[in-house]
Amino acid sequence: MTQKNRLTGGLIDRTKPLEFKFDGKSYEGFEGDTLASALLANNVRLMGRSFKYHRPRGPLTAGSEEPNAIVELRTGNRQEPNTRATTAELYDGLIANSQNRWPSLKHDFMAINDRFSQFFAAGFYYKTFMWPAAFWEKVYEPIIRKAAGLGSLSMEADPDAYDKGFLHCDLLIIGAGPAGLSAALTAGRAGARVIMSEEDYICGGRLNSETYTLDDMTGTEWAAQTLAELQSLPNVRIMTRTTVIGSYDHGIYGAVERVSDHIAVPADGAPRQTLWRIYSKQALLCAGSTERPIAFENNDRPGIMLGGAVRSYVNRWAATPAQEIAIFTNNDDGHRTAADLAAKGIKVSAIIDTRADAPTSEHTTVLAGAKVKDSLGRLGVKQLSVELADGSIRNVSCEAVAVSGGWNPNVHMTCHQRGRPEWDENIAAFVPGKDGPPGLSVAGSAAGIMSTHGALTSGAKSAVAILKGLGIKAKAAKTPEAEDAPVSLQPYWYVKGGKGRAWLDQQNDVTVKDVKLAHQENFRSVEHLKRYTTLGMATDQGKTSNMGGLAIMAELAGKSIPEVGTTIFRPPYTPTSLGVLGGRAVGKNFHPTRKTPSHFWAEERGAVFVEVGNWLRAQWFPIAGETHWRQSVDREVLATRKSVGICDVTTLGKIDVQGANASEFLNKVYCNGFAKLAVGKTRYGLMLREDGIAMDDGTAGRMAKDHFVVTTTTANAVSVYRHMEFCRQCLWPDIDVQLISTTESWAQYAVAGPNSRKLLEKVVDREFDITNEAFPFMACGEITVCGGLRARLFRISFSGELAYEIAVPTRYGDAMIRKLMEAGEEFDAVPYGTEALGVMRIEKGHAAGNELNGTTTALNLGMGRMVSKKKDSIGSTLSERVGLKKDDALMQVGFKPVDSKEPVVAGSHLMAKTGEVNAAVDQGYITSAAYSPILESSIGIGFLKDGKNRKGEIMRAVNPLKNQTVFVEVVSAHFVDPDGERLRA
Amino acid sequence: MIINHPILGPRDAQEFTYLGDASLLNRPDWQANDAADQFYNYQYLRDNPAGEHRELWFHEQGDRSWLVVTRNTVTHEISKVELASDVARKEGRSK
Repeated sequence: MTQKNRLTGGLIDRTKPLEFKFDGKSYEGFEGDTLASALLANNVRLMGRSFKYHRPRGPLTAGSEEPNAIVELRTGNRQEPNTRATTAELYDGLIANSQNRWPSLKHDFMAINDRFSQFFAAGFYYKTFMWPAAFWEKVYEPIIRKAAGLGSLSMEADPDAYDKGFLHCDLLIIGAGPAGLSAALTAGRAGARVIMSEEDYICGGRLNSETYTLDDMTGTEWAAQTLAELQSLPNVRIMTRTTVIGSYDHGIYGAVERVSDHIAVPADGAPRQTLWRIYSKQALLCAGSTERPIAFENNDRPGIMLGGAVRSYVNRWAATPAQEIAIFTNNDDGHRTAADLAAKGIKVSAIIDTRADAPTSEHTTVLAGAKVKDSLGRLGVKQLSVELADGSIRNVSCEAVAVSGGWNPNVHMTCHQRGRPEWDENIAAFVPGKDGPPGLSVAGSAAGIMSTHGALTSGAKSAVAILKGLGIKAKAAKTPEAEDAPVSLQPYWYVKGGKGRAWLDQQNDVTVKDVKLAHQENFRSVEHLKRYTTLGMATDQGKTSNMGGLAIMAELAGKSIPEVGTTIFRPPYTPTSLGVLGGRAVGKNFHPTRKTPSHFWAEERGAVFVEVGNWLRAQWFPIAGETHWRQSVDREVLATRKSVGICDVTTLGKIDVQGANASEFLNKVYCNGFAKLAVGKTRYGLMLREDGIAMDDGTAGRMAKDHFVVTTTTANAVSVYRHMEFCRQCLWPDIDVQLISTTESWAQYAVAGPNSRKLLEKVVDREFDITNEAFPFMACGEITVCGGLRARLFRISFSGELAYEIAVPTRYGDAMIRKLMEAGEEFDAVPYGTEALGVMRIEKGHAAGNELNGTTTALNLGMGRMVSKKKDSIGSTLSERVGLKKDDALMQVGFKPVDSKEPVVAGSHLMAKTGEVNAAVDQGYITSAAYSPILESSIGIGFLKDGKNRKGEIMRAVNPLKNQTVFVEVVSAHFVDPDGERLRA
Repeated sequence: MIINHPILGPRDAQEFTYLGDASLLNRPDWQANDAADQFYNYQYLRDNPAGEHRELWFHEQGDRSWLVVTRNTVTHEISKVELASDVARKEGRSK
């Protein structure tokens, strides 16, 4: 049975036969076939099972609007569910499997659902699974989950790459049918920058599926000739296999190019798909139209298809769905199908035309004023039951039915920005409204101009008008002589009467009865109708079914179709893979990785790294014999406090502030005073938000009268810079200050511990005196190191020890850390990571991100008196609000466990020693905790109501998440060196 | 969206960071008698129009200009783009 239904002609290459498998069985097709056309050529019409009732289904269409022929394509990690057989290009070795059936497509166990369909009507799950409530999670949901859904995922990572790209053009033409081609020709010849996109793999649209001639050429020949000229124009970009999926603001369109979907495996280095962002000055929608069916009982049997699709299969792919085909139509299109079939030698059983005044046909009997009542055939249609005009029934035998209910313009793109389509009585369809996206015009049948002649001329004319608006002179391309028949159609949506089910939405199994039920239960707005019945909610978004549902709802509500209106059209136009939306931003590339200047050196030392925003920072440096992180961290802390330790602090934000008004500027952005800071001095600064809450802290070193170096926390480097630019440009536009982020320009290391000066003296060039007298605590200056390398030195301390931070240009960062470690050898210098850094700052009671948490004020942080009242600074006014200055305001204090073996846990809330534990009696909370190897105890800092007056009090730190209660004593947050003698040493 | 930067020309909105209502330019005088009330209004009270809205955008992935963008919140049409520093000066702000 090789290609029993293959005809002569068509746009397939018979010299290139292709082997493929469907449900494990091998077949042969040709290059140019889709999976659906090749299966039809092999007399396979059954391609899937429906979602709810598991009804046998075959293709309804020949394009991307397909609801039924949905398959799993490929195998292994490239397996892709819910792929339309009607658009999947055949390639050698293609493997496809049907889905939503068990054990096989022909014998599906779940088809039992069909017998119980009365239980599964619209809204059944709202009604059926109501009680007992406990059953929902344990019983109903697992059953529904198992039964629902179509295809299955491979559960493996997608091996292919997806790209993103950006394009610019004067005119984007969406669709390369007759309208699109003639528009592109007109605009291309005029020299405009044109992009023409086409979702199909060949250009021409319906020209490839119809037999009408253009001048003395076939449609395909004219399309090929036009395409050849367009390809010769350097200003025209033709993008096939590219679907414009959405219209966005300001002329931006999203488009997915299926670069490698038509081959088994992408070529080396090529992406599977590319998401294009197209910036267009103007766009022209030439997306054509979609044929709609007429619903009748059992209209979903394999072989019952749309008339235009039958013509596509027969004319373009030389594959007929059957040898004997009946036609059911309400318009002249059905007669066109009959002529085309007859020309191919296929028997046409009859034309069943709903119009009483239907024209006759030279090819077959026309049953005027008749309608199809029902169909027979288990896995494929075998016979139609037809009610003639006189009411009598006639059986018509056939193996396929070509149904024509008229055409709906593809208005989607005109509605993506909330535009509403308008009803056109002449074609009984919605056409684009006048409120479409600015810059988008519509031509051809997408605009409701249904003839070939109309499409060609409207495309050319639209292009001329658009280019005129862009100041480009164009002449409409001469259009060939083409078919120009008026639309003759009797609106006819469904066949009335009968007890069986007539399908509207075949993918989601929504029937005419379901719409009636929705109306009966008062779900009458189209949006309610959609959600109650799931009409149009499947992967095809109801492209072939929504109109029928609307028409029936209109009839039931006694309204006109435009009064009922449509649901909102939203992007994407066709199903879009998440892979292409993600592009290359997956896995490690999800965000950039920032490495510190000492990264490679730290890697050599076996450092353990932690992600800090995009940064990777060394967390600790394990040495031989250490098996637990605490061993490493405790050692690093003790060694630093005993002698000297070195830590990479490059990630802290650095902002260079220069200008005659630099000190006035800092005086405005920091709550504490900066106007009088001497050159060569550094000061701690606290920045508030305008609402009085602490935003960030850091230091500002005055390198010169008009030059400060400001640091921020690692986390807020970006937002503080943004805020300072806001202050500079928006609040004080005439202030003489320039800002630049130098975070990545300088490698900066903290050198901390009693021997830090001795170590640095070995590195800093001799002419710079860094003795305690010459370079005291909080000094800063420009120096040179290692014989002339420019550097900056700050005597600041986060650890509480005698400490410095030394900065060198980033490119010397690696050499500097190696040099510092080498110079530190005689002092047993250790590198320390972020954990030891954290332990030491908690021991010292320094606030960090956990304390500057967006809810705390300067007062809470114990820095209330720092907020200068003698000047205006950001946040100073609102920090004075009474609510923020209550007597029992939270104050930062320290905590020690009563039993030193017990841990203090960050996040614990503070309750009185005895009594209830609940939010009403909450006294505060612990923000940071660590084990202090110096104190040999767990310690913590946090916020306690009226904390500064409660030293010595015993409280409970409760952690209800872990059912943990620890008795803690309120102490000063300065656990180590409270008087600051060490850092001034 | 595309923002027509007064210095750099049309740029994709992805290059920008959004802040909010351009009334943030009108920071009150801290020495006014009713400074507390003025700052409260400045900080918390915003109009939320369906229609034309003046708002602050920061060209973070670009030249770091703060811009005042007049945008229709219903249609997203942008009718005017100005440097925030120019607007601030026009509104009497200086140092």
